[in-house]
Amino acid sequence: MAKLAFQTLDDHSTPFWALIAVHVALVAAGLGAALYMEENGHIVTGMNNQIVWGLPHVFAVFLIVAASGALNVASVSSVFNRLAYKPYARLSGLLAIALLIGGLAVLVLDLGRPDRLLVAMTTYNFKSIFAWNIYLYSGFVVIVAAYLFSMMDRQAAKSAAFGKAMGWLAFGWRLVLTTGTGSIFGFLIAREAYDAAILAPLFIAASFLYGLAFTVLVLLTMSRETRDELMPEEMLGKFRGLLVIFALAVLYFTAVQHVTKLYSAAHQGVELFLLRDGGIFPLIFWLGQIGIGTVLPLALLAFAPRGTKGRLAIELASALFLIGGLAQLYVIIIGGQAFPLALFPGMEVSSPALDGAVGRYVPALPELLLGASGVSMAMLIVALALRLMPFLPKAPAGAVSANAAPDQGLGGSDPMPSGRAL
Amino acid sequence: MSDARDTRTTLAADRRALLRGAGGLLAVLLAPGVTLYAMGGAEAEARAPGEAVSPKVRWGLLIDVNACPADCDACVAACRTENGWADTGHKATDPHWIRKVSVRDPASGAAREVPVMCQHCASAPCVDVCPTGASFRRADGIVLVDRHICIGCRYCIMACPYKARTLVHEPVHDQTADAPRGKGTVEGCTLCAPRIDAGRLPACVEACAAKGGAMLFGDLNDPNSAIAKAVAARAPARIRADLRLDPGVGYRGL
Ligand code: SF4
Ligand code: SF4
Repeated sequence: MAKLAFQTLDDHSTPFWALIAVHVALVAAGLGAALYMEENGHIVTGMNNQIVWGLPHVFAVFLIVAASGALNVASVSSVFNRLAYKPYARLSGLLAIALLIGGLAVLVLDLGRPDRLLVAMTTYNFKSIFAWNIYLYSGFVVIVAAYLFSMMDRQAAKSAAFGKAMGWLAFGWRLVLTTGTGSIFGFLIAREAYDAAILAPLFIAASFLYGLAFTVLVLLTMSRETRDELMPEEMLGKFRGLLVIFALAVLYFTAVQHVTKLYSAAHQGVELFLLRDGGIFPLIFWLGQIGIGTVLPLALLAFAPRGTKGRLAIELASALFLIGGLAQLYVIIIGGQAFPLALFPGMEVSSPALDGAVGRYVPALPELLLGASGVSMAMLIVALALRLMPFLPKAPAGAVSANAAPDQGLGGSDPMPSGRAL
Repeated sequence: MSDARDTRTTLAADRRALLRGAGGLLAVLLAPGVTLYAMGGAEAEARAPGEAVSPKVRWGLLIDVNACPADCDACVAACRTENGWADTGHKATDPHWIRKVSVRDPASGAAREVPVMCQHCASAPCVDVCPTGASFRRADGIVLVDRHICIGCRYCIMACPYKARTLVHEPVHDQTADAPRGKGTVEGCTLCAPRIDAGRLPACVEACAAKGGAMLFGDLNDPNSAIAKAVAARAPARIRADLRLDPGVGYRGL
């Protein structure tokens, strides 16, 4: 029975420093962009009264959805007792918190009055799903932190029951959280693009995919950095399989979403707009979400060589899935708004307030910087945490176990039988 | 999907019950804020300063589209002057508290000009979704935005089926005393609450009357008011009646 060991990251290569530098620069640029937007108003963005939620929302929702999915690996290991995933449970919890904070930061900085954050945190309208989400999000951070504690504290880690309970709680909470995020759109009764019960399961499937893609990318980057095989051959195969399953699930729900709406007379207009007539949106849907974001990475995963030689393909596929995710949310969030509200269904309408006209939106640089800075912020949080505490596994099951030594510091050591297949 | 619709209807019903129950309390709670608007007018209908907004009242509008000529925009102009909003030079981000929508039936070719503003819905989605409670409905049915609490999240704009709200995208100057506006917050028709509280007509209604009068304003709950009588005689049309939001604005000749 090999012992499970963890390590902190204490030596950085030059490429890693360069990566950190890029993220720091992006976060700085994002904060600068937020200040600029706050100073001048939203007029300096591409957003307007037709497209009120722009690129920052795309990134924010993307990160929040990915956050709950990032917790998957931890859930699989403790809730479903798949021990092969145990070495990654800590990293998965950390990534979940980091992605959520990145997403929330973007959401807050994009407010018309970000200076009123305190108002948002103290004045609640309990009927608003938005206000509920504030609880869901902060609860998520607290619960996942407690869950991490249950894994990492020497005393706490001894109690299997505590860890298991926290694992279940975190798992349940993340499902509710993703449903809550999906429901933000479900409450928009007049927007035809969002009028679908399928959005909630679609968001859950999407969260699985994006969360895992982030996890895989971080693990592979860290494998290079630590020169440890953080993803041995067996795990590479497992993650590859999971990516394929999740991507197919997203594809399935996307198809159901569009097909059911195409057959409903009331929604045909918006469907044809998003899938065929809407200019940039069908392009982003077919080329971005389906082509580059689904078919290409699936093909990569299918045709890549088995075993460790497939590492690069898995890494590339993960990155493509994330690009596909951004495309998907762009079509849902921005395409859904661009399709004109029908005040007078069946009539031709026009007005100075652009009634009946397709909403025009060109993202401006500050929006892009703010949105992207959320991703960078999450990655910086991860990098910092990896340095401070032992989140990363050391020579996990299946790898050269000769150098598996118990770690120092906070890291608890769990008995670790050789991995069971999922 | 029909399930979702049913849930929504029940929710709306619950919400209405809740609102009715909370009406009295709401009136008390709102009273201090509302005195800000009260100007102590001498007219019979005016509330005394400090007097609560009465939940017995439901202010509403009835607009006769047939009496609204295409080339007239007196209501829009009056609203601009009254509330201090204007074009910004950026069409897509211009404020619109009230606008005239040209509606044409492609089948018959029949055309109409419809003044559209906040419909002061009884089951207002904007109020339901607002995370901070900045969007609120006064006991007398007027839906307002508290500019001191609005964080500019724009969820209400997403939720409003009538395109009745706009975000202030640029710094604003030259505000009028009764209609504070602020960059980064959301705004829309207030039904001229300060004027109503002083016993006067909304600016659009007053301006429209001078042009012949296509708008009727009054208390929908008072069976003796002209608007209540007109509504009782023949039910008005509502924009997007299918959404069942119980708007306070009705139309004739849609
Ligand atoms: S018209 Fe729009 S802004 Fe006005 S009350 Fe109804 S939902 Fe709210
Ligand atoms: S923009 Fe303001 S009024 Fe509208 S939902 Fe957000 S906080 Fe409420």
